[in-house]
Amino acid sequence: MANEIKITAPLDDAAVAKLKAGDQVSITGVIYTARDTAHKRLVDALDAGQPLPFDMNGQVIYYVGPSPAKPGKVIGSAGPTTSYRMDAYAERLMEKGMKGMIGKGMRDKKVIEAMKKHKCVYFAAIGGAAALIARSIKAVEIIAYDDLGPEAVRRMEVEDFKAVVINDIYGNDLYDMGKAQYRVAK
Amino acid sequence: MRAIHSDTIVAAVKKMVMGANYDLGDDVIHAFEKGLKQEASPVGRAVLNTLIENARIAHDEQVPICQDTGMAVFFVEMGQDVHIEGALLRDAIDEGVRQGYKDGYLRKSICDPFTRKNTGDNTPAVVILDMVAGDKLRITAAPKGGGSENMSRLTMLTPSAGKKGIVDFVVKRCEEAGSNPCPPVIVGVGIGGSAEKCMILAKKALLRHVGEPSSDPELAALEAEMLEKINALGMGPQGLGGTTYALAVHVEKHPCHIASLPLAVNICCHASRHKETAL
Repeated sequence: MANEIKITAPLDDAAVAKLKAGDQVSITGVIYTARDTAHKRLVDALDAGQPLPFDMNGQVIYYVGPSPAKPGKVIGSAGPTTSYRMDAYAERLMEKGMKGMIGKGMRDKKVIEAMKKHKCVYFAAIGGAAALIARSIKAVEIIAYDDLGPEAVRRMEVEDFKAVVINDIYGNDLYDMGKAQYRVAK
Repeated sequence: MRAIHSDTIVAAVKKMVMGANYDLGDDVIHAFEKGLKQEASPVGRAVLNTLIENARIAHDEQVPICQDTGMAVFFVEMGQDVHIEGALLRDAIDEGVRQGYKDGYLRKSICDPFTRKNTGDNTPAVVILDMVAGDKLRITAAPKGGGSENMSRLTMLTPSAGKKGIVDFVVKRCEEAGSNPCPPVIVGVGIGGSAEKCMILAKKALLRHVGEPSSDPELAALEAEMLEKINALGMGPQGLGGTTYALAVHVEKHPCHIASLPLAVNICCHASRHKETAL
């Protein structure tokens, strides 16, 4: 992909500040998975004053519930799930240091404002390209909420994980930009 | 009466849910290739190429096209001259789902609506049964992902809304759905019937080969009009901008009450999966 930016997870403020909506990125490093019910548990833990199952500082959270690994594989298919369902929880995790989210689909305006405030970036991976995306996941370990099955929190080591910046910390939104460019005026 | 043993149904269902999740239909691949020719955005074309590559990997490795291997939905047409021996039809279908999702390494995505506790085997399936003439049992597996299913809507229009009201609602629904349902999508539209009948029509419309126009010229014209208007919104593949948001719009209609004009939209992601078996 042209002009691909290589980034390493976890992220810091300097790395986040360089990213702009529309940037194609290749992510290498460690990311964590969490989706619907895992988010509820993470925020419930915060509400109860309990520690999170992992240090959120600098982390990139991937919204995914992978399919089971076939024998000999580290993971099954593992594409992004729709992100807006995590909107209710996202700012709480940003307050704890989350620097990136990977999913697909539009975010609420409040979340986009929170991203500006807390310097957190939102990436999209290609929804449905799950067999291909799995190839960039090199190691997987369930670290919390095992009982949730596909929704358990996993620590993933990724290499050259392809994504695109949808919302940067400057308030830009690639979905709005792309739509405006190709919309046929009525 | 022709007897079919429930074990035959279990085996057929198991095979279908696995095959549907591993092997994207040629109709969808052809729709991607058609989209590549007409897509104005280079990013959009790159997305379509990625989806073709993903489908090839899934087929070659026999792994799911998408990690969301869906709620297991079945359309069953049962001939009136068929007698099922052994287990109940619904139990046989659930057993096929149970075995297929386990042995096929498919994700189990079904949970209690309140506790969110996973049922662990992707059951119960949704079974839409129709009794028909003959001595065959025709089963269509249509596993459906949650992300695109969440974009469904039912509205009870007034008859005065007419075709314009229908087109406006469907186009607006797609614009609101945006990047959420993994475009390029197939838009299933049900018109008429009662509320629940209308929703089933919209889902059934998704079973048609992608891009095959309705045999009813009036509906085919409506499909073409809506497809053009949806793609003119500029959302494109994955909502990243472009001219191929929808691969097709499929409309099914049914007579309705004199007071009503029910309209249902059931959007399907590009992983439009179905397998059919006639027993």
